[in-house]
Amino acid sequence: MSVKEWEPKIVAFLCHWCSYAAADLAGVSRFSYPPNVRIIRVPCSSRVNPQFVLRAFAEGADGVLVAGCHLGDCHYVKGNYYARRRLWVLQRLLEFVGMEPARFQVHWISGAEGAKFAETIKEMVDKVRILGPNRLFQEVKDICVG
Amino acid sequence: MPRVGVFVCWCGSNIGGVLDCPALARAAATFPGVVYATDYQYMCSDPGQKLIAEAIKEHRLDRVVVAACSPRLHEDTFREVLARAGLNPYLLEMTNLREHCSWVHAGEKELAQAKALSLIRRAVAKALRLTPLHPGRVKITRRCLVIGGGIAGIQAALDVADAGIEVVLVEREPSLGGKMVLLDKTFPTLDCSACISTPKMAAVAKHPLIRLYTYAEVEKVEGSLGNYRVTIRQKARYVDHTKCTGCGTCWEKCPVKVPDELNFRLSTRPAIYLPFPQAVPSKPVIDARHCRQLTKGKCGVCQKVCPAGAIDYTQQDSLHEEEVGAIIVATGFDLFPWEKAYGEYGYGRYPDVITGLAFERLVNASGPTGGRIVRPSDGREPRTVVFVHCVGSRDELKGREYCSRICCMYTAKHAHQVKERLPEAKVYVFYIDIRTFGKGYEEFYRRVQDEGVIYLRGRVSKIYQEGDKLIVKGADTLLGEPVTIAADLVVLATGVVPARGAEELARTLGISTDKDGFFQEAHPKLRPVETHTAGIFLAGACQGPKDIPDTVSQASAAAAKAVGLLLREEIEVSPLVAWVNQALCTGCLHCQVVCPYQAIEVVTEGGRRRARVKEELCQGCGSCTVACRPGAMELKGFSNEQILAEVEALCR
Repeated sequence: MSVKEWEPKIVAFLCHWCSYAAADLAGVSRFSYPPNVRIIRVPCSSRVNPQFVLRAFAEGADGVLVAGCHLGDCHYVKGNYYARRRLWVLQRLLEFVGMEPARFQVHWISGAEGAKFAETIKEMVDKVRILGPNRLFQEVKDICVG
Repeated sequence: MPRVGVFVCWCGSNIGGVLDCPALARAAATFPGVVYATDYQYMCSDPGQKLIAEAIKEHRLDRVVVAACSPRLHEDTFREVLARAGLNPYLLEMTNLREHCSWVHAGEKELAQAKALSLIRRAVAKALRLTPLHPGRVKITRRCLVIGGGIAGIQAALDVADAGIEVVLVEREPSLGGKMVLLDKTFPTLDCSACISTPKMAAVAKHPLIRLYTYAEVEKVEGSLGNYRVTIRQKARYVDHTKCTGCGTCWEKCPVKVPDELNFRLSTRPAIYLPFPQAVPSKPVIDARHCRQLTKGKCGVCQKVCPAGAIDYTQQDSLHEEEVGAIIVATGFDLFPWEKAYGEYGYGRYPDVITGLAFERLVNASGPTGGRIVRPSDGREPRTVVFVHCVGSRDELKGREYCSRICCMYTAKHAHQVKERLPEAKVYVFYIDIRTFGKGYEEFYRRVQDEGVIYLRGRVSKIYQEGDKLIVKGADTLLGEPVTIAADLVVLATGVVPARGAEELARTLGISTDKDGFFQEAHPKLRPVETHTAGIFLAGACQGPKDIPDTVSQASAAAAKAVGLLLREEIEVSPLVAWVNQALCTGCLHCQVVCPYQAIEVVTEGGRRRARVKEELCQGCGSCTVACRPGAMELKGFSNEQILAEVEALCR
């Protein structure tokens, strides 16, 4: 993507069992959504270390999405509860240091919800586009990447 | 430095029609570590696989990136290619250009191309950090659990047991049989449903390799593929089945009369009862909600009259543990609760508006009327019968979006049965579309029309009582006219929904459901009886609405899959498990607290406490890796280093 025409860059961590399957289903169903999202597959939302999110922002991501199975439906019994707790703390922290909440989102999207996945991406891209490029972490990159 | 090969697949025009695959390959060839990159029409085809294998040898590749479809579809295929070419299969990384790019960004080709390149860069970054992994091996418990004793569960249990493998069959109701045994005749051959299903029920009960639990439910499932520990709750029957001879004295003498739910309250049954005469096991249970002895503490008639002394009012639920290697889920369906949704049809207030399954009991020789078609309200024979299709099906507003698949045919059968028993009766069928896809189905539908059944294309907007008639207001959309019929009996072709409790069971088993609550198969076309949880298979209407032939075929397919698995001595288990860097571990055991599988044990060496992963128990969720403060815990295949490299590659 060229510097001239800025396009939001969103990194999405999707759990293999539900949300990655939802992204696959969106594909199979041809539910189009903006091409600004880049997906990283993880086994479970509980595999997402807050450090990964910070690194994404530090490396220039304008938004980060973590998505997992609905609460109670985790393939690994309770992984998404751990994810919720950890990422909720991270959300609060990011807000505290001045990041707009729309840039870091956590959603529960089941393998049957291809449409919801496409909708979530659309909304997120729209919101981040309004916010503009993420500059916060560029300034403090060295501190955060420790 | 590893030598990476990148293989970009066109998937015909699926990817190649949107993305410029040769350009992607050319660009990928410039990425650090990539020594070879090419594109091909179909990578998963035989020539495509050969191309990869040959390139591995020719270019001495030791990491492979396949940019194609979802790894959920073809990761195993390409891992096998690596293995055949002499590489460790876990040195493969796939990236998803089809589902996540070309199929969803077809309108924005330029941005899609940039995204695709970014996705390949991610895969290369991860591939550079892959390490060879070796799957562990575990022994298999050669037993199979079948949940649900309808025709799907019966067929699956018999097939597995006939292959010489022990089966545990769990049925929630007091008898085997499910929905099929309630039916009178089956379409389109009109053979007697009980005559073809009850011998199978008896065969299950007699089979030396089938352990049958009726009136029981699966409460807990632990373990994984090959070795599941299942806890089964045997509900209290208040009858000792080891003593009971099934003589029938008790249910003849029981003074209680309750509406019979199996007959849709068209008749009554006692509180100690056999659900139907051909029940398996043919021994009664006491319905604790209605038994006078159990609710009020006075009666005891059945205990007094039982010649075998089998009645035990103090019986409690009991828990049983079974170990199995595979599980077949066959929990079937229930009818759409139309009474809650269709106010225009009276919310179930009119006794002569009944469901298709209730009609089935009405025409059944062993049903409440002995097979006479009469109005539930006054017992008179109806002169005009109206059938209404798609009640709860194909109705996004009030019911479900999907087609229930069986209603067109069972309604045609019902219409035929009315004409057969009451030749003078007028029969009308309101339909939206007729779907007669099976063998002999279309012929049957033609035959019913020839018998004088009148098919009207249109929906019914209102049904209401006027005197002793039911006024049915609908439309004939082919003539473009409103239609009003004064009917004596209205039968609703009620749609099919997952059996009650299906969602709970999905959680117990760790399998997923689709948007309608049916269990989700691993692939709609190529893996229709497997779930995404290895070792758990699906049979019958629990996976989606199905008629009997489809259900039976799927049950046999699930049985074949389970047998194929269980006949092996041991199986490979995924090497994508956690491991502890012993040098960094401080022994705080935060990992042990979050592990859902009790897969982390403590080892003490030289006075120092450390965590260790029991690989056979670890399922590879990676929750422990985040809980670990010193960063000693890693997940193979999804290490911190690998994921951070992916993040950096994507953010470039």
